[in-house]
Amino acid sequence: MIKIEKRNEAPNSIYFLTPVLAIFLTLISGALIFFILGFKPLEALKFFFITPISDLYGLSELLIKATPLCLIAIGLSFCFKSNNWNIGAEGQLTFGGIVGGGVALLFYNHDGFYVLPSIILAGAIGGMVFAMIPAILKVYFNTNEILVSLMLVYVSKLLLDYLVVGPWSNPEGFNFPETRQFSESARLPILIEGLRIHAGIFIALISVFLAWIVLYKTYLGFQIKVSGLSLKTAKYAGYKGKTMILLVFMVSGACAGLAGVGEITGPIGQLHRMISPDYGFTAIIVAFLGRLNPIGIVFASLIVALTYLGAETAQIFLQVPKYTGQVFQGMILFFLLASDFLIFFKIKFLGFKKYEY
Amino acid sequence: MYKNFVKSLITVLFLFGFAINANAEFKVGFVYVGPTGDHGWTYQHDEGRKAVEAAGIKTTYVESVPEGADAERVIRQLAQSGHDLIFTTSFGYMDPTNKVAKDFPNVKFEHATGYKREHSNVSTYSARFYEGRTLLGHMAGKMTKTNVIGYIASFPIPEVIRGINAMTLAAQKVNPNIKTKIVWVFTWYDPGKESEAAQALIDQGADIIMQHTDSTAPVQVAEKAGVWSFGQASDMQRFAPKSILTSIIDDWAPYYVERSIAARDGTWKQQDTWHGLNEGMVAMAPYNSAMGSGLVNEVKQLQKDLASGKVHSFTGPIYDQKGNLLVAEGNVADDGMLAGMSVYVKGVEGDIPK
Repeated sequence: MIKIEKRNEAPNSIYFLTPVLAIFLTLISGALIFFILGFKPLEALKFFFITPISDLYGLSELLIKATPLCLIAIGLSFCFKSNNWNIGAEGQLTFGGIVGGGVALLFYNHDGFYVLPSIILAGAIGGMVFAMIPAILKVYFNTNEILVSLMLVYVSKLLLDYLVVGPWSNPEGFNFPETRQFSESARLPILIEGLRIHAGIFIALISVFLAWIVLYKTYLGFQIKVSGLSLKTAKYAGYKGKTMILLVFMVSGACAGLAGVGEITGPIGQLHRMISPDYGFTAIIVAFLGRLNPIGIVFASLIVALTYLGAETAQIFLQVPKYTGQVFQGMILFFLLASDFLIFFKIKFLGFKKYEY
Repeated sequence: MYKNFVKSLITVLFLFGFAINANAEFKVGFVYVGPTGDHGWTYQHDEGRKAVEAAGIKTTYVESVPEGADAERVIRQLAQSGHDLIFTTSFGYMDPTNKVAKDFPNVKFEHATGYKREHSNVSTYSARFYEGRTLLGHMAGKMTKTNVIGYIASFPIPEVIRGINAMTLAAQKVNPNIKTKIVWVFTWYDPGKESEAAQALIDQGADIIMQHTDSTAPVQVAEKAGVWSFGQASDMQRFAPKSILTSIIDDWAPYYVERSIAARDGTWKQQDTWHGLNEGMVAMAPYNSAMGSGLVNEVKQLQKDLASGKVHSFTGPIYDQKGNLLVAEGNVADDGMLAGMSVYVKGVEGDIPK
């Protein structure tokens, strides 16, 4: 029989070392997979993890890809830390994109300093409002937020489909499912001429900083942490649980909305059906890989972003199947959870004696 | 310190560029919207790529590239890594293709199904799939017992509406009582949605199922329900051997080989290509003998006439749903009208989603 026991103490440093260990194990298994597929492991790993970021353009693309992941994961960390399972960031991103995009279309051919800020604000509010739905239902009707937030993803995606096919489609676009290209005034400014890196990265960095302050330097952050560790303790301490649930969902939704609006006013420049390649779901991996810690999330978002770029580069140079990128993402999370388990629990082999209660 | 850094950076970049140019082998890149194993749209483009490879030209592809912010990076990376000709095979790559083309004037770009050629190194190409639809309509009109034709449509763009109209006109010619029922699924590839749509159409009395989507789900549903169906993009016969009457095949291979060789030999010129049965970009899979040899011969003759231009899919008189004359008797619709087609012809049920 096997018995699983919780270990009494695990040193704090290990808590931040396991992600590194997980990445290391992923690299080794990745090399093994490449070998089995018939590629030279080291060469494949080089094309996967080094070539994509070996020039300025690649670095700029890495940051573009990491920005939405980081933003969403920062928001999610508020929810996850307090035991609120918001799985619907993808929907909140989409809804933020819809609201922000709507404002951008409203200001079509408008010039003025107010255009871009109002689009960004609209996007954040859109995401926030959309995240409030599962929060309110949870607080007042005791529904399961996992289910509600996940289902709402489909609602917002279908709404986006409807809008870009119908009322918002480009009148000169032969009925193709996309809106007009936004005006220049509605686009996030490019930071370096010739690259695609845009000002959205500052939104992400500011959010990281604010999140760190709130989570670690305020009473609210303490409440979030305590509720996550033990809901009963939080109640006993007299924390207002309902307000906090609403608040973390609002933060999370706003961040996802910002990510959506950052995509459409940044690299995409219009609304269409594919504004996000499931950033909202991938960000869940990012949040956990980053240990729900703002600084950790920054690094995690860069690593996960690299798996996307690497999959493309590896396919271009070696014709490695593109889905290896997702395999790598899955492996990172798997090894992280597995090493967590082994660190915080120990397995005792009790032999084949009859188990005594 | 800073100056030194910039200097060395420039040197490195220069050397890097030089290194790429030094071993410049002619290469062709392909960007796919789906996986190469979709047995539809992307599968056929990959067959075309293999033909280029067989012609002795090195090729590369990237599959499942989302039509959002990622497309531009992939296209740019192909251009940067020494590809001389790049085929971008989905409508959503239109703006990214033109954007990258601006920065790489020496690289040639070919965008499928789009209409923007903003730079002299961008060509566009598409196929006259509607000619195949005319053949399908003829068969459907003859084979239906319930006089209801079910049509699974993707997006209300001119290409799809053109197919619906061409099919309906041809079916009406041989059977004036037919009705075309349409379900819009708003996706190019979603086996779940497509099979639901097929089932819904069968429940509404359709005994012919046609699709302008790429999965094999609709023909499989038709096979199970015992109604007739037609394959799309590739020969789907093995997925529904009893039910499929034929498939419209997108055959990109001749075009890809021709354009790749032209680009290699320096004779590539910008153009807007719209090829059909005549050039072989649209081909028909073997006809199901269950139709009877009389009908098979009829359809084969019609196929020849469409290819030679003796018969045009859109020959007047053509009326829209409200009875307004679109094309007068004796005339045929010109390419401009076909390219922007946005109304149903008489006999199609329902409204175009707006």
